[in-house]
Amino acid sequence: MMANKKAPAKKKAAPAKPRPVKTKPQEPPKEMVMVYIMGKAHRVPADATIMGAIEYAGYQIKRGAGCREGFCGACATVYRLPGDYKIYTGLACTTLVQEGMWLSQLPVIPAQKPVYDIKKLEPNVAAFQVLYPEIFRCVACNTCTKACPQSLEVMDYIQAAIRGDIEKVMDLSFDCLSCGLCAIRCPAEIVHYNVGILGRRLYGRYLAPKSPELEARLKEIQQKKYDKEYKELMSAKRDVLKKRYYARDTE
Amino acid sequence: MYPEYMRDSLKLVDETRQKRLELEKSGKPVFAPMTAEERDDVLNKFHPDYKKESRRVVHIGPNKGEEITTEVADILESHSRIRAELFNLDKPDYETDILIVGGGGAGCAAAIIAMQNGAKSIISTKLRMGDANSMMSQGGMQAAVPAKDSPTRHYLDAMGGGHFDNKPDLVRAMTEDGPEVVKWLEDLGVVWDKNPDHSMYVLHGGGTSRKRMHSCRDYTGAIIMRTLMDEVRNHPDEITVLEFMPTVELIMDKKGHCAGGVLYNMETEEYFMVRAKATIIATGGYGRLHIRGFDTTNHYGATGDGLIMAYRAGAKLMYMDSVQYHPTGASFPEQIAGFLITEKIRGAGGQPLNRHGELFVFPREPRDVESAAFIRECLERHNGIQTPSGRWGVWLDSPLIDIIQGAGYLYKNFPAMVRQFIRYQIDITKEPMLVYPSLHYQNGGVEINAKCESNIPGLYVAGEASGGVHGRNRLMGNSVLDYNVFGRRAGKYAAEYTKHVKLDKLSLKHITAYENELKKARIKTDRMAPVLLPSYTPEDVRKRQLTAHYEGTLR
Repeated sequence: MMANKKAPAKKKAAPAKPRPVKTKPQEPPKEMVMVYIMGKAHRVPADATIMGAIEYAGYQIKRGAGCREGFCGACATVYRLPGDYKIYTGLACTTLVQEGMWLSQLPVIPAQKPVYDIKKLEPNVAAFQVLYPEIFRCVACNTCTKACPQSLEVMDYIQAAIRGDIEKVMDLSFDCLSCGLCAIRCPAEIVHYNVGILGRRLYGRYLAPKSPELEARLKEIQQKKYDKEYKELMSAKRDVLKKRYYARDTE
Repeated sequence: MYPEYMRDSLKLVDETRQKRLELEKSGKPVFAPMTAEERDDVLNKFHPDYKKESRRVVHIGPNKGEEITTEVADILESHSRIRAELFNLDKPDYETDILIVGGGGAGCAAAIIAMQNGAKSIISTKLRMGDANSMMSQGGMQAAVPAKDSPTRHYLDAMGGGHFDNKPDLVRAMTEDGPEVVKWLEDLGVVWDKNPDHSMYVLHGGGTSRKRMHSCRDYTGAIIMRTLMDEVRNHPDEITVLEFMPTVELIMDKKGHCAGGVLYNMETEEYFMVRAKATIIATGGYGRLHIRGFDTTNHYGATGDGLIMAYRAGAKLMYMDSVQYHPTGASFPEQIAGFLITEKIRGAGGQPLNRHGELFVFPREPRDVESAAFIRECLERHNGIQTPSGRWGVWLDSPLIDIIQGAGYLYKNFPAMVRQFIRYQIDITKEPMLVYPSLHYQNGGVEINAKCESNIPGLYVAGEASGGVHGRNRLMGNSVLDYNVFGRRAGKYAAEYTKHVKLDKLSLKHITAYENELKKARIKTDRMAPVLLPSYTPEDVRKRQLTAHYEGTLR
């Protein structure tokens, strides 16, 4: 993260200057690289992430940043490298810059999201046939898999959806961030990540084995089994509660 | 890859592992948990909240005279983004039953439940729906489901973790609704981790006396959030989502009800008025205010916007003197400094170690205590490890987990963590992580009751923006539970309220009145809030941003 007024690189938390236990190595002068942000050249630190580089160059990001830690998928980015014909994909928050990188963020991925009633679907291939018929156009080119910044087997979960193997869709798409880089690269115009969400929801609701303990506990709560103990705890004085807390056993 | 000078210390971690593994297997705590007195002592001396300069008196508004977190006092003593007299209050741009401010977990849960109770809603969100801390929670959600646990035991754990300052009715609501939330989410399609015998797979978190941490690998928040968002999008006629359109002020009616909000389109810079019978604030926390200069685990938009909006309208805040630092933020490499390392790592057997490879604290103390112990180990005992950029850290022994739980466990259960580090050539199945406390959670917020009502009629608050449920320290896994329990409750009770409330003429007088209060208190400032977005523009760029007059969207 870049240093600035609000977020100094060094922590202010230390009350007194701590004595270092080991002589810390001298920081070498910062190495810089040239990158092209939306076509414009900027010199940025060589160890910056793409997001860090964009901000270092002076942009205030509005679209294209969310969690900043690789969970939300807001910062899908495409780039090319010098002397290389390939289009590369990555998340701006977790991809490091390289010399000569030519990059652009994708502010939004246009994608359809059919509306459905999860209660009325059945956990089989029919759900995909009705809501995402385009997945049957998959040509198994594997471009989606190559584009995935999470290194997921994207094509395999689309193929699993085609076969109606919902558990496999769930398992393979579990770590998907919905960044949309698969969808933007797909020659069959599939919106993979929405197919993954549907597969996971069908699995969670219909196919995941149900916990008997959960049902039992819900019944207890419905029958107000804990009412008395709650009232007792809620009216207990602080020192009584404290005593009970520190005396409790731990699993 | 770790720099060469850390190798000696890494070797010590390897060497002590066998001995520590035996300790873990003994079934007894691997390090003696602190007594009440020891907890007090380490907190007083080392927790950032307990430093004098961490707090200051706020001079205006409902909490006037109270000592609160300095950075929060700053945003409370600031100007509105709007001038009330420019708005024609007779002509709102949108009308709806409920305005939901914030599109994270609490906001989406509220919208779904409100809809089921017959109320339409508008979700106003600053970034995209789901760009929220809810999306980022890794470790899990507490709920007293297993037979040897009970909701009342969960209650006691939460109260102790919060130093008994929690509001009892809120803690009861949270712990008693917990199992129901597990079921509700599963019915919506959340894929919980399960044991081979179909029972819920649960782990410990800091301060839990029973294993009750439910998870979806280490993408718990992402799985829940995407499920809720997908469900919201399945009801476009009942729920309208306005992205990149944060609410920047609340609108009141002449009788003092909350009656909607003023929305700001961040791209076209237009303002819109929403007239709503009820309003739910679900804006989350304030990590991006970088309190005490700390790095944060929070998402880009976590700037405490709901606090100032509600405060200007007269809502009372609670426990705004208390900040949560997560013990295990990443300390190395620099690119991920401050990022969250889930507490589930310690729940699964990961141990914090000093530079000698030795345990120095029970791995699962409540977060504030654990954080303070890390800081003490580094700054007082000089047993931490310093990174090339000058940060401090202690080791978090992750390879031990694969030995305890079986090879492949980390890949299966911590895919996000493995990914986070392997990008920088650190394989956490073979080497430990370097960690230090990172700004994580807003313990306090707008005071609510168990129906999520604030002291302003028609204004509901849910999730991190609210205060009271966690006292002065939240336990791991209680925030995912919090936003579900109170998001649902806010949706339900706000929907009921809209059935009988009659709004009077709209008013923005509270904005003008607040400006007058600022003047009367002789507060001279150019601060403006809600903050909306943090700025990471470097100093030398700022110096060249010299536009003299601001003209529309052209700076």
